[in-house]
Amino acid sequence: MNITGSCVNGILTLRFAGELDHHFAREALAALTERIDAFLPRVCVLDLRELTFMDSSGIALILRAEREMRTLRGKLILENVPEQPLRVLRAAGLQQMAEIRQ
Amino acid sequence: MKVNNEARVEFPGLSANEGFARSIAACFAAQLDPTLEELGDLKTAVSEAVTNCIVHAYPNEAGRVSLRLRILEGDVLEVRIRDWGTGILDVERAREPLFTTGGEERSGMGFSIMECFMDSLRVRSAPGKGTVVTMRKRISGKAGR
Ligand SMILES: Nc1ncnc2c1ncn2[C@@H]1O[C@H](COP(=O)(O)OP(=O)(O)OP(=O)(O)O)[C@@H](O)[C@H]1O
Ligand SMILES: [Mg+2]
Repeated sequence: MNITGSCVNGILTLRFAGELDHHFAREALAALTERIDAFLPRVCVLDLRELTFMDSSGIALILRAEREMRTLRGKLILENVPEQPLRVLRAAGLQQMAEIRQ
Repeated sequence: MKVNNEARVEFPGLSANEGFARSIAACFAAQLDPTLEELGDLKTAVSEAVTNCIVHAYPNEAGRVSLRLRILEGDVLEVRIRDWGTGILDVERAREPLFTTGGEERSGMGFSIMECFMDSLRVRSAPGKGTVVTMRKRISGKAGR
């Protein structure tokens, strides 16, 4: 699991690569909240193109990101979601919680 | 019920073994020539069940987790994941979507995901004794059997 990010004009983009499970969840959560706290963005984009696996630990992470962005009156966008993570998002009914851009 | 093949592996409940358990299950399933989607569903379900052992069954130690994989008649893959940890007081309730005793880091969707991605899910548990989760999925395979 690897997370890189950049913020341009209030749009924070975080790129997730690798497998997101409980083993990496704490690290991923720290990276996420740290970046949001540092930039206080208007929009947070999670680019999941290189996320090869995600389970319910990812659901908790996305819900947390959504909450964080709500406290900023901003919004969360999920981008380039691969098939397996998308099926997990759907199973959890999360496709309504965040905008998904493919 | 005819069992055509079987494999077992045991490991301590360390989070590093979540990925290991997923890979083992996927490797074993390979002989049924599953589609990528079937493989993804299987790995997700295994990940959920094993994570539950690590997070809920053994909150303070890396207890023993057992994974048994079987191929049953009719290209049915069976996965059984067992722990000897805390157990579940009310299984009905635990299986409801969004129910969690895990707090912030959990979403309470694990059992729902297992149910959704596999054909059947059985949960047997006794407080103080442990939990056995059995899941089955028919693999239609790339040839679309
Ligand atoms: N192996 C287990 N041992 C003890 N308790 C368990 C076990 N598996 C599940 N539970 C209990 O059942 C509840 C629901 O499990 P489920 O996997 O659906 O959600 P979760 O683990 O809380 O959250 P998520 O899976 O979304 O991260 C857990 O919160 C826990 O209380
Ligand atoms: Mg769970």
